[in-house]
Amino acid sequence: MKLTVQDLNSHYGPAHILFDIGFEVGEGEVVALLGRNGAGKSTTFRSIVGLVAQRSGRIMFEGKDVSARPTHEIVRDGLGYVPEERRIFTDLTVEENLEVGRQPKRPNAPHWTRDKLFSLFPNLGEMKNRPGGRMSGGEQQMLTIARTLMGNPSLVLLDEPSEGLSPKIVEQMVEAILTMKKEGVSIVVSEQNLHFARLISDRAYIIERGRICFGGTMAELDARPDIRDAHLSL
Amino acid sequence: MAFYVVQFLTGLASAASLFLVASGLSIIFGVTRIVNFAHGAFYMIGAYIAFTLTERLSGTFGFWGGIVIAALAVAVIGVIVEMVLLRRIYHAPELFQLLATFGLTLMVEDLVVLIWGPDDLVGRRAPGFKGAIDFFGQNIPSYDLFLIVLSPVVLGILWLLFQRTRWGVLVRAATQDRDMVAALGVNQKWLFTSVFAVGVFLAALGGALQIPRDAVHHAMDLRIIVEVFVVVVIGGLGSIIGAFVAAVLVSELNAFGILIFPKISIILVFLVMAAVLIVRPWGLFGKPEAPARKTPGLTVNPWRPLTSNERLAALAALVIAATLPLFAGNYALTVGSEIAISVIFAVSLHFLMSVGGLASFGHAAYFGLGAYGVAFLAKMAGLPMIVCLLLGPLLGCMGAAVFGFFAVQLSGVYFAMLTLAFAQIVWSIAFQWVSVTGGDNGILGVWPASWAASPSHFYWLSLGVAALVTIALRAMVFSPFGYALRATRDSLLRSEAVGINAKSIQWTAFVIAGTTAGIGGALFAYLKGSVFPDNLGISLSVDALVMVLLGGVETVSGAVIGAIVYKALNIWLVSQTDLSKLVLGGFIVLIVVVFPKGIVGMLEMLAQRRRKASPPGSPLLAKPIESAE
Ligand SMILES: Nc1ncnc2c1ncn2[C@@H]1O[C@H](COP(=O)(O)OP(=O)(O)OP(=O)(O)O)[C@@H](O)[C@H]1O
Ligand SMILES: [Mg+2]
Repeated sequence: MKLTVQDLNSHYGPAHILFDIGFEVGEGEVVALLGRNGAGKSTTFRSIVGLVAQRSGRIMFEGKDVSARPTHEIVRDGLGYVPEERRIFTDLTVEENLEVGRQPKRPNAPHWTRDKLFSLFPNLGEMKNRPGGRMSGGEQQMLTIARTLMGNPSLVLLDEPSEGLSPKIVEQMVEAILTMKKEGVSIVVSEQNLHFARLISDRAYIIERGRICFGGTMAELDARPDIRDAHLSL
Repeated sequence: MAFYVVQFLTGLASAASLFLVASGLSIIFGVTRIVNFAHGAFYMIGAYIAFTLTERLSGTFGFWGGIVIAALAVAVIGVIVEMVLLRRIYHAPELFQLLATFGLTLMVEDLVVLIWGPDDLVGRRAPGFKGAIDFFGQNIPSYDLFLIVLSPVVLGILWLLFQRTRWGVLVRAATQDRDMVAALGVNQKWLFTSVFAVGVFLAALGGALQIPRDAVHHAMDLRIIVEVFVVVVIGGLGSIIGAFVAAVLVSELNAFGILIFPKISIILVFLVMAAVLIVRPWGLFGKPEAPARKTPGLTVNPWRPLTSNERLAALAALVIAATLPLFAGNYALTVGSEIAISVIFAVSLHFLMSVGGLASFGHAAYFGLGAYGVAFLAKMAGLPMIVCLLLGPLLGCMGAAVFGFFAVQLSGVYFAMLTLAFAQIVWSIAFQWVSVTGGDNGILGVWPASWAASPSHFYWLSLGVAALVTIALRAMVFSPFGYALRATRDSLLRSEAVGINAKSIQWTAFVIAGTTAGIGGALFAYLKGSVFPDNLGISLSVDALVMVLLGGVETVSGAVIGAIVYKALNIWLVSQTDLSKLVLGGFIVLIVVVFPKGIVGMLEMLAQRRRKASPPGSPLLAKPIESAE
């Protein structure tokens, strides 16, 4: 397994948010984490990369338990994270944003260069020197993914990449994610949009109020409209 | 005409050190969000070490090498400080960060005297820049010309460093969002350490380059840090260009201010700073900040009025305190009066800090103004004591009204820097305006009237006023005004959304706190029989902060306990050691790192833990500093 999460519990201050979350991602797989607003998708991702201070449980990445390690070490091991809020460095140009994400080549992961990323996201190539603060939402979404890919991750956590994007940009995003998959990057993508998830994912988990309540292939999910209707708003 | 040109060039030359120190402060703040009060101390150590090295090493190479080695050595000291102390408090509320670095400053002040002695040291002249250049009959030291050229060169190097290197890109990224930088695999710890090293290097270089111009002495840290605060408030914290422009502006204002108001040249700088604050509260080149981390919120206990049992206990404590004259001697009574006055001073700051969320680093200004108010009335107008006591604090009130108006335009670290700068301005006026204030000699012979002259009577008077003030401020916490003030503290935006005029509420609180401090100062003048500039000095402001901190910022009346414990300890300590600043500074650092909730906060926490037997590792109690974020 590429990534195994077991018994993950997280708190924000006194509030208990995640309850015994568990899921798995295979080598080269694209797995969707589906759930409504506030279900705990972002918290799950943030907990995996160590951005939530109060968490417990086991997080095995490539066979090693990373749950006690600091964020930057987890990321340097090849576990990339793309935050939902994008968090572009607004004062830095596109190229400088990419520079922040740059990490050395990794033997077991595809190697990304600026040029390769500019062909994956042609829009970015046209605005290399534009400050991040003066880009559209869709362009920022591309930049935040490209920035994480500069770290040559072998697995990427993508938090709601389609959120707030126009259908045309969403199409580009699907293309890009499929290219990443083809290159060999494993991906966990959080989504509320089942149609989007269906286009890219091999399997899906559903999270509801901090608990995993379904796990299976996309076909298995389609066979259970009751679950789909109970936990996802379409 | 030539004279003015030379004056202008002198100003430009003075700007060099100021710019170096201010840019270092800005760079450190940008990434770590810590306003490093100890920056002046690093500047001073840089000057001392450079003095020693340039004395030992001979020749041109020895001199310039000595300067650079001194700055590098101080940078290494800075790295140690960062790794040992600052790493523990990056997530602490900003008040604690300010205090911890201030504690460091105090320690350094005693240490340099211990190592280099108390006398001014006059350093070597720079080889190759010993002479002066004649400019239409006026002399310009060639070293000044060197400094004038140096500043833009340093500015250019910094620009290249930040724009053209990977390190610079990472620093700029971290300035905006340090967690995201970590989430991209960058080790924040080393980034912070390297930034701190660069900032400290710049400060130390500024100090080292000063030695051919000025004597090295053990008070140069406070002088520079206050000027640097003025510079970053005008230029905008975090902006290097802003530091450059404001350093030049402030230096020129000083250079020409001397000509216009020879006695109180600082007024001119103050006027410009006030103007900038009104037009651009975040400085000429600064950016408005998102509301910063607050002074700690209520993580221990929600506030509530005292129960009737607690009221009885407080009353009993007061009665017991009132029996002191029955068995104590005159010395103990004088100490008792001083402690009671400290209580007044501490609760006044506590009101501003804990209830209003406004941590003033210059509260002594209003205490001292109250004292001077009494002295003016008693000595010049010859009014009776009771009238002086009632009217004297009005000077504190007026000072608080003027400075408070500007100070509440800002919040967080800006507020802290600004209040400190204001206090220093008041101090300079008291110190420089000899014809009115007596300058360093102070005003003597402010003796109490016969009804209050005996130590026991004066003690009862002080105790009574302290009790009244504490009760009044406490009542105010639970009044509608108090609720409104707490609302502005907890969420400025939300409070304004429900129709509270936050600025005017905060201003009122500032004036109340300043007036109350003035009452303490008025009593203090009579207790000592004299008034000196020290009565509004920085160390007194810091005393007040420590008293509040020691009692617990998050409590309603912890300051009372904090003041009693601290003042008693302090009086004892001063009688025991010459190194009281070293001990005090170490003590402040210790409280911040080990007991961030203060005495009363600790007691409440223990009591609560016993009461509820809270679950082990309960998130609220497990990590006191982190959870206070
Ligand atoms: N910083 C925080 N402090 C306290 N509670 C938080 C914080 N962030 C999120 N929460 C709470 O945690 C729960 C899960 O939030 P999370 O952001 O993980 O949901 P999500 O599934 O990503 O939702 P969305 O689809 O809206 O992004 C929510 O109830 C939210 O209110
Ligand atoms: Mg989310």
